[in-house]
Amino acid sequence: MKRSLLTLFALLTVLGMLLAGCGPAATEVPTEAPMATEAPVATEAPVVTEAPVVEVPVTVTIGFTSSITGSQEVSSKRQVNGFTLWMNQVNEAGGIHLSDGKVVTFASQTYDDESNKERVQQLYTTLITEDHADFLISPYSSGLTAAAAIIAEQNGKVMITTGAANDDTYKQGYTHVYQLYTPGSLYLKSTIDMIKSFNPAAKIAVVHEAESFTQSVVDGLIPYAESQGFEIVLQESYASDTADFGPLINKIVDSGANVLLGGGHYPDGSTFARQISERNVSLEYIALLVAPADSKFSELGDAALGVGTSSQWELSATHTELEANNLGIEWYGPSGADFATAYEAKTGDKPTYHVAGGYTAGLVLQKAIEMADSIDPEAVNSVLETMNIMTFFGGTQFDTSAEAHGLQINHEMVVAQWQKNAAGELARVVIWPADVATSAPLYPIR
Amino acid sequence: MQQINLLLLSLPDGILLGFVYGLAAMGLTLIWGVMNVINLSHGPIIALGMFGTFFIFSRLGLNPYVGLIPVAIIGLLLGILIYIMAVHRIINAPHLSSLLATFAVNMIIIGLSTAALTTSPYNVDFSLSSIQLGKITLLGTRLAAALVAILFAGGLYLFLYKTRPGKFIRAVANNRAAAELMGIPSTKILALSFGLGTMLASVSGALIATFFPFNILSGGSYELKSFVIGVLGGLGNPIGALFGGLILGVLEGIIPAFLEASWVPVIEFGLFVVIILVRPTGLFGAKK
Repeated sequence: MKRSLLTLFALLTVLGMLLAGCGPAATEVPTEAPMATEAPVATEAPVVTEAPVVEVPVTVTIGFTSSITGSQEVSSKRQVNGFTLWMNQVNEAGGIHLSDGKVVTFASQTYDDESNKERVQQLYTTLITEDHADFLISPYSSGLTAAAAIIAEQNGKVMITTGAANDDTYKQGYTHVYQLYTPGSLYLKSTIDMIKSFNPAAKIAVVHEAESFTQSVVDGLIPYAESQGFEIVLQESYASDTADFGPLINKIVDSGANVLLGGGHYPDGSTFARQISERNVSLEYIALLVAPADSKFSELGDAALGVGTSSQWELSATHTELEANNLGIEWYGPSGADFATAYEAKTGDKPTYHVAGGYTAGLVLQKAIEMADSIDPEAVNSVLETMNIMTFFGGTQFDTSAEAHGLQINHEMVVAQWQKNAAGELARVVIWPADVATSAPLYPIR
Repeated sequence: MQQINLLLLSLPDGILLGFVYGLAAMGLTLIWGVMNVINLSHGPIIALGMFGTFFIFSRLGLNPYVGLIPVAIIGLLLGILIYIMAVHRIINAPHLSSLLATFAVNMIIIGLSTAALTTSPYNVDFSLSSIQLGKITLLGTRLAAALVAILFAGGLYLFLYKTRPGKFIRAVANNRAAAELMGIPSTKILALSFGLGTMLASVSGALIATFFPFNILSGGSYELKSFVIGVLGGLGNPIGALFGGLILGVLEGIIPAFLEASWVPVIEFGLFVVIILVRPTGLFGAKK
């Protein structure tokens, strides 16, 4: 009996000690964890000097398609130029150094999607399954990106989208697709605010390309314009390959509109602007999507004068480190001037927002890899969800709700307009918001 | 009332554009009429005509209407070359062979031109002053293009009915074997016919370039319109094609007055199907 009691006591004592030993340890882990992050740099630093981490070069492949041919060619090529500039700069600077010794440099794999959705899906599948791309950048345009996003998501690949503003792509329940551009539904918000300051009773005609991006713009524009008291006197869409805008221009004139908002992409927008000018249509203001944001638009000559656009980025209103500091947001990457200088040195061309978007897609991916300290796609995906930075392109923060995961929520647009400078040459200037404007709006145009 | 107003505003534009569409379709239908070949390289040849105007005006500084002469000559020679290289050997083969041969030419032209010219849009920054008739605006470039199209159509009519080679073409179109028995050099006549077809296509492209921007792929939509017009006017009937073009141009002008502009292609191609089903010889009869 005594032995049994002794044995039981001994067992209980050992069990008690074990429990006591386990208990504090379990509670101490969290308290020690911060110490591990705060102090180890100093305490572990000597270890590094004793046994330096062996650098292991790693090449990360970024896959994307570009529209070398087809309707998206102009903007797509600029986007790729921007991305390529970023990639070359990172590689020339020695890549990204991770704490485990990996030195990450980048390679790109790309194909011509011919501005064709079907081809995009086929090529993104190839990029993932045959080329083993580690990360993806979107093609240019919302329509092509919507097609690519499905493939990226199905294969669990992180895709940074640029040149893809349509909100709908980010409302499909995807968890690996992240948008850099201001969503389409907010595209013309600033333009409406500007028009209100000049003519609150303006009658607006909305004539746009029948395409997913433009539809998302219109879906956001019309309720906002109406909420500001504007009357929409005409709303009509046209096919992407429309060449003759005569009947539509007649409708605009007949509707009594004094403001035209719409357009779509470069080919149709430039044609539209030219034909409005040829017919001497009297409008107080014209804002077209995408086309006037391209430097090629000035080739229209006087037809370009006064035409406005919403721009994702303009060098003259570029975002700065000071702005980031004032907002309490982390600044990342080069200044707008440094980016523009590097781009001009490479191409001899001034960067448009398409170029800046392409560059920033790479920059955001670089930041995500640095934050994750890993090239593991899921680790990178996790930090993208928490990212809140400002680059020269603007704020970058993503919606993490289930309804709109990956939607951009912290990037703002400016209103630009083609005006003549002192030398009588056409130049695109920022006219709104007033605090970043470089010129007063030309209003009314004619 | 508003619709009638819009219709009156848009109708003149449609008519003027219709003549140019008609000219493009005349080229397609002439080739079909003479040798039963559907020329699938029609679209890129129209686009090459557009680039002809671009280079003549923007690079050489010549008036685009003066530039029509070299464009027409080059178009004629290009057509003869295409006939000799791609069409002649399969002229008596089933239709599929000629379709494939001209499709191959189509792909070659598009491929080479894309490499050389990209698919970026090009503009010919040329304008003639417009005429204002009340609320109606007649653009000078469209008016001039319509006049040139009428001149070319008239010239083709005179060529086919009043000249010896023209009569040879009609004879070959009517009965090639009989024409050969009469001593008509059918191979040369077929090559000439193909050349004339491509000449009309390139001239129509050159005219379109004076008012619409373009790239090497732009000819595709005019090729499709040419098919619709060809069926409307009667395949193989070049003069019927001119009227078919007018009908299509008018439709494009008036449909947006009543419906959204995006309905235009739906109605155009719906009409195409209806004509094929109800009156396959076209409104003006097929080749005679």
